Amino acid sequence: MLILTCPCCHVTAEETEFHAGGEAHLTRIGPGGSEGEFESYLFMRQNPKGVHLERWRHVYGCGKWFHLARDTATLHVYGAYSAQTTAPPDHIRTAIKDRHPDWRWQGEVNQ
Amino acid sequence: MKKYSVFAVAREAMRHHSGWPRAWRDAQPKRRYDVIIVGAGGHGLATAYYLGKNFGVTNVAVLEKGWLGGGNTGRNTTIIRSNYLQDPSAAIYEKSRSLYETLSQDLNYNVMFSPRGVIMLAQTEHEVRGYKRTAHANALQGVSTEFIGPERVKQLVPIINLDGPRYPVLGGLWQARGGTARHDAVAWGYARACSDMGMDIIQKCEVTGVRQTGGKVTGVSTTRGDIDCDKLGLVVAGHSGQLAGMAGFRLPIESVALQALVSEPIKPCMDVVVMANTVHGYMSQSDKGEMVIGGGTDGYNNYTQRGSFHHIEETVRALVETFPMISRLKMLRQWGGIVDVTGDRSPILSKTPVEGIFINAGWGTGGFKAIPGSGWGFAELMAKGHSPLTQAFGLERFAEGRFIDESVAAGVAH
Repeated sequence: MLILTCPCCHVTAEETEFHAGGEAHLTRIGPGGSEGEFESYLFMRQNPKGVHLERWRHVYGCGKWFHLARDTATLHVYGAYSAQTTAPPDHIRTAIKDRHPDWRWQGEVNQ
Repeated sequence: MKKYSVFAVAREAMRHHSGWPRAWRDAQPKRRYDVIIVGAGGHGLATAYYLGKNFGVTNVAVLEKGWLGGGNTGRNTTIIRSNYLQDPSAAIYEKSRSLYETLSQDLNYNVMFSPRGVIMLAQTEHEVRGYKRTAHANALQGVSTEFIGPERVKQLVPIINLDGPRYPVLGGLWQARGGTARHDAVAWGYARACSDMGMDIIQKCEVTGVRQTGGKVTGVSTTRGDIDCDKLGLVVAGHSGQLAGMAGFRLPIESVALQALVSEPIKPCMDVVVMANTVHGYMSQSDKGEMVIGGGTDGYNNYTQRGSFHHIEETVRALVETFPMISRLKMLRQWGGIVDVTGDRSPILSKTPVEGIFINAGWGTGGFKAIPGSGWGFAELMAKGHSPLTQAFGLERFAEGRFIDESVAAGVAH
């Protein structure tokens, strides 16, 4: 049972109050997209064994969508953050790197 | 291989069962094989078996990171049926079901196939219409099913409560030749037959990398050293995405947890399999007398082989409503497995962007029933490069929009 805190209304609740919405930070492809782009957007997924950035909705609460960084191998939750972003914010990246120093966000350069 | 027979049992009974040999060899990896199959579950072993039996390819290794049949093969609820809606699905699942009928004889290993019949309950008007449509489609596909009314359901399942408070039973889709089989025995039987053909089944050998040159596979790296091969078959269910990642391509697959549980053993009370998709529960009684119960998947990606408790609660609540007599049953064991779910809820049996690598994945929540048919078709695909059974299940269908949509027909209990 996951215990999540909604970053919109700050309520902490069990996972039954929320609904998972799949991988986050997908780029939506419009009418001009190729078949390959649509396939990638609609079906292809990272499906990692480890850190997963994903969308959730606080269905039986404030009803808002938000993003969650969670580990699919341990069910550890690194933190929740606003859905109005195209990349995980710094404090989420730090929380992830505390446990997985080698983890990098797409395109992020090693320091 | 010593043949198992009534005479063998009698002979061994005379000498305190001291003469039974190992069922399969504990093989060490060789430097090179013609074909490597990753994953010694039902599908992987069946693929190896039919590669040998139908195509004479026996220089084969089956690699397994854990133990034989310890993944979803040992974690499912053993239901076998073929009442699917779409033609390609009906073809491969019916091939599979028909192979199950003679599997014990083919393998000389009792897989305890029990064609006891499967009912899928219709509990809403929508489901009634859906299952009537499936019954008509099955008639055209040559799969024997029928839509039955509530009285017939009650006749087949006396312990059922037809007028549940939430979802009364309005009828059901009945497949008389569906049933169950012993899941471990399926893996063990195939393993024994493969080993007998000279194939190596290598347990505790985890694949850590896929080696390729110029877009063509050359072998795999494992925890027990590098092994070369001409062809590589990835048959690893929940971890398909991991293996595909090693080979450098992505899959339209997400891995989620699916749970099952069994009750304490009780006297025989239900001799068919009952599935209730509206309320997310299915149940059958094992030969030992335990009620075997399965439910729905978790909604989020997961590799932990354990699911959320509230799903068990939902499943059991729904089943108690449908079968009031089980309300006092104690539950004995609960477990989870990681299933690989595709966008259209149909499997992928396909070539891949890397030459020589083939993938058999995406069986989602319904792989056990498909083991013989999947192995049959995938072996043909690997040996000949094409197979009528697997033709429609290629990876390219997601780019082409040519889905085999079973999510409507079998969205929950698969």
